[in-house]
Amino acid sequence: MIELKDVSKTFTLHNQGSAVIEVISNVSFAVAPGECVALTGASGAGKSTLMRMIYGNYLTQTGEICIDGLNIVQAKPRDIIKLRRDVLGYVSQFLRVVPRVPTLDVVAEPLRALAVPADEAQARAKALLTQLNIPERLWSLSPTTFSGGEQQRVNITRGFAHTYPAMLLDEPTASLDAANREVVLSLIEDAKARGAAIIGIFHDEAARSRVCDREIDVGRFTPGMAA
Amino acid sequence: MTPLLSVQGIAKRYGAHIGCADVSFDLYPGEVMGIVGESGSGKSTLLNCMAGHLVPDAGQVVFDTRTDGPRDTITMSEPERRMLGRTDWAFVHQHARDGLRMGVSAGGNVGERLMAVGERNYGDIRDKATDWLGRVEIDASRVDDRPTTFSGGMQQRLQIARNLVTGPRLVFMDEPTGGLDVSVQARLLDLLRGLVRDMGLSAIIVTHDLAVVRLLADRLMVMKSGRVVEAGLTDQVLDDPQHAYSQLLVSSVLQV
Amino acid sequence: MTEYNFAYLDEQTKRMIRRAILKGLAIPGYQVPFASREMPMPYGWGTGGVQVSAAVLTPDDTFKVIDQGADDTTNAVSIRTFFQRTAGVVTTTATRDATVIQTRHRIPEEPLHEGQILVYQVPIPEPLRFLEPRESETRKMHSLEEYGLMHVKLYEDISRHGHIATSYAYPVKVEGRYVMDPSPIPKFDNPKLGDMAAIQLFGAGREQRIYALPPYTQVVSLDFEDHPFEASKANHCCGMCGATDSYLDELIIDDAGGRMFVCSDTDYCEARQAMGHKGKDAA
Repeated sequence: MIELKDVSKTFTLHNQGSAVIEVISNVSFAVAPGECVALTGASGAGKSTLMRMIYGNYLTQTGEICIDGLNIVQAKPRDIIKLRRDVLGYVSQFLRVVPRVPTLDVVAEPLRALAVPADEAQARAKALLTQLNIPERLWSLSPTTFSGGEQQRVNITRGFAHTYPAMLLDEPTASLDAANREVVLSLIEDAKARGAAIIGIFHDEAARSRVCDREIDVGRFTPGMAA
Repeated sequence: MTPLLSVQGIAKRYGAHIGCADVSFDLYPGEVMGIVGESGSGKSTLLNCMAGHLVPDAGQVVFDTRTDGPRDTITMSEPERRMLGRTDWAFVHQHARDGLRMGVSAGGNVGERLMAVGERNYGDIRDKATDWLGRVEIDASRVDDRPTTFSGGMQQRLQIARNLVTGPRLVFMDEPTGGLDVSVQARLLDLLRGLVRDMGLSAIIVTHDLAVVRLLADRLMVMKSGRVVEAGLTDQVLDDPQHAYSQLLVSSVLQV
Repeated sequence: MTEYNFAYLDEQTKRMIRRAILKGLAIPGYQVPFASREMPMPYGWGTGGVQVSAAVLTPDDTFKVIDQGADDTTNAVSIRTFFQRTAGVVTTTATRDATVIQTRHRIPEEPLHEGQILVYQVPIPEPLRFLEPRESETRKMHSLEEYGLMHVKLYEDISRHGHIATSYAYPVKVEGRYVMDPSPIPKFDNPKLGDMAAIQLFGAGREQRIYALPPYTQVVSLDFEDHPFEASKANHCCGMCGATDSYLDELIIDDAGGRMFVCSDTDYCEARQAMGHKGKDAA
């Protein structure tokens, strides 16, 4: 489902003496449907960078990243947009939304983008928000005013609103209490069960060992960090 | 799939000065493209060339018309181009005053495009105008008020209603949230996003506000000195800019 | 007579105006620019109409002038006298006897016949002017038949007053093509514009425009399907002649708020009275 071949990435900082920073080199691995792979490595090893490259958020200089048959390194923007809408979900650590939009609409939006009728999308959003213990009185408010933990949960409900065949999870259980952590882990297990290919970053070792089938140490691909 | 708009090699000079040069891109149905760059980078010149307000010195602006398929709007006759301008195209000005008739009621402003394409039933026109005021969150009781009595944000929403009432397929926007205070901007952005999604609109948005394009645009072009220096997926260009100028632009934004 | 060329204007000027008139007749409703001359009267007093009349008058013509329907007001009298002196033409107040009728803001009640010319004085020839101040833009709108704006004006009327409140200078469409300002005639007169046997010429002196309607031209007043055009008048009959079908002026006759309605067309009213018709206020 997700396949990386000889993927490398450099940042060129034009405004800082054109410094070239090599962050990832020669990554190759594949994730099959129903499989969950954890990216591990020390802080700064490039886990999030690699994940952003897979999402198309960061440009990849060399290699191939194929998701559902589309090589996003070469793909046109509109193909990546379509991929993100239909196939590839991403739960980041940060919630980025239009201010003043009610939480319920924020969560329902990925479904609305797929032309799911408004009432159906809202029903799904309500179910997820309930599951993650976001009190109903907050649903009509914008999540921009919420606490960090609440924002993280809204972000997760949004990421799980549509049943994506491929998912990228960046620290989905960080800053969650035990009960919500449990809910998120069961959501991940459900996604695996229905055949989603998942790549995740988990600092929470117990969570990692529970949902992940294998681990990939990104440090191995980080120039200057490899042992 | 045929692009809705295909821009090829657009160039416009002001004497020795380059307004814009070598601009080419395709815009597909339902896509929103942002054009960013500092003042004087040529983004407004480009927008006006595409929308038929300026005649470019070179290039084509091919639009997929409903009746005849792709046509170069630069070489089509003026009546045809103006007809496009009030049916399939819409233009949202930065200053609502430029896009509204300030001496005409809100209902008349919205109804004008309907009357321009031949609607002659007062009741129908008024009903549609009222419906559109509702869609842009203006109370129906204001239908007979002149825009001079509206706040800046309301005027801008009225301008949007006036433009979208005939169900255009392509909307050109020139700094649509410029000059509005931040909370009003947010509401307008949400409104635009909803309309773009629900009506399947394609849009080209010129702005210098990177937050606006992040929230509205699927794709982004960065312009400098009349030329496109970088183009791509909006979040990719903003989070991993490649060109020196894009990096400078992104790093210059104040963090809140 | 020897002091002036026939009908005051020199022959070259009259030719120039006639060319504009012919072009106007060829393109009904289209505003033809012309080089308006200084006339011995101020702008706004009918300089456009006077120049058109001067260009079409011949020594055999019989000339009539009305001002808001009346032959005896200052404006009408002075223009009539002007052409009596400069052209030596016969003048009349009888509508049917006149061959050239110059009018300000009315069409005579009695139907005109072939061979007659009706000359209108026009203050602002551009019907789109109040909504679009740019001349370059209104010209383009005419050439591209972009007349949506005209209906915006009517829309505003209905939204503000519940009905189309425009009661004079009511815009018309000529032969399905040009939208035209019929000059400030009451909309009661609008139905007479169409299918008229006489030639209608419109002259705007200050704005330097001439336009025309040849005989039997189709002229339609603009309206909405659900707010159709209505040729309205005061709901009374003439106090002098008892006419029920003529356009009426309202006169205040004393300090106690007394008023009466009389025909604005003095010739029509007098002719009816001569035939023995009597209104309730007739002495």
